[in-house]
Amino acid sequence: MTPISLLATMFPGLIPLLAVVSLWYAVPIVVSVSLVCAATRHEQLGPILHHALRFGIWIVVFMAVVMGVLTLMESLA
Amino acid sequence: MVTTTIPVAEGSAASEDAITIELKQPWLAALLAWAVPGLGHIYQGRTGKGLLFFVCVLGTFLYGLYLGGGKVVYAAVPWEQQYRWQYWCQLGVGLTSTPMLVQRQRMVEEKPLLWNGLMAPPRNEPVHSEDYSGNLSTQPNELAKWTVELHPYFELGTVYTVIAGLLNVLVICDAAGGPLIISHGSDKKKDKKENPPS
Repeated sequence: MTPISLLATMFPGLIPLLAVVSLWYAVPIVVSVSLVCAATRHEQLGPILHHALRFGIWIVVFMAVVMGVLTLMESLA
Repeated sequence: MVTTTIPVAEGSAASEDAITIELKQPWLAALLAWAVPGLGHIYQGRTGKGLLFFVCVLGTFLYGLYLGGGKVVYAAVPWEQQYRWQYWCQLGVGLTSTPMLVQRQRMVEEKPLLWNGLMAPPRNEPVHSEDYSGNLSTQPNELAKWTVELHPYFELGTVYTVIAGLLNVLVICDAAGGPLIISHGSDKKKDKKENPPS
């Protein structure tokens, strides 16, 4: 039994929290996508980083909204 | 030599805010950008962006390959039940992903695989699998074994490598045509007011 599954057995209330842990895998891809997309729209480092930051925040907010809608649908079902 | 002019300040159409980029041999740069992400930009002298693309695109691809245990990048084979469409996207990364085509060809021709089976398609024969608890099971084919053993990292690795390939398509377009400038409707209206058509 892996440490995570042992923890989930001992504390079933933590299971939703453990599911959120997999969201950390989104971080590298959000950073990479926002940087590459921003760099295809600007030529200089300053505007690229500024655009990447705004785009990254936009992606995170979008993901949070989708997660909120899915959680709401689950609670209503 | 092709040149393109872009506004350096966001939303500004003033000519004093514009910068000119020299796009040396766009088609060759696009080919280099496909072969190695960022190489087309480095060839054109746009070194900073080239290095950024190299790190981001190849980093994403290699991390996905690592997450998927080196199994998530393979070309579709005729005997697979589900067509592996993802490999078309993964091919966008360029030379790094092309070993999968060699491995697919060797497997179809029943020749021994190269590079210790890296990027080889799954075999279509029953295989034994052992989970973390030591339980033995028989899977119908190698893809089923990978999916069971690596879940959810098989899917995560696939997503990472597919996105890396698609990002490199943007990089190729940038190498060939320069940055994509989106002109906003308000700017166009402003331009029309300032410079009415004669």
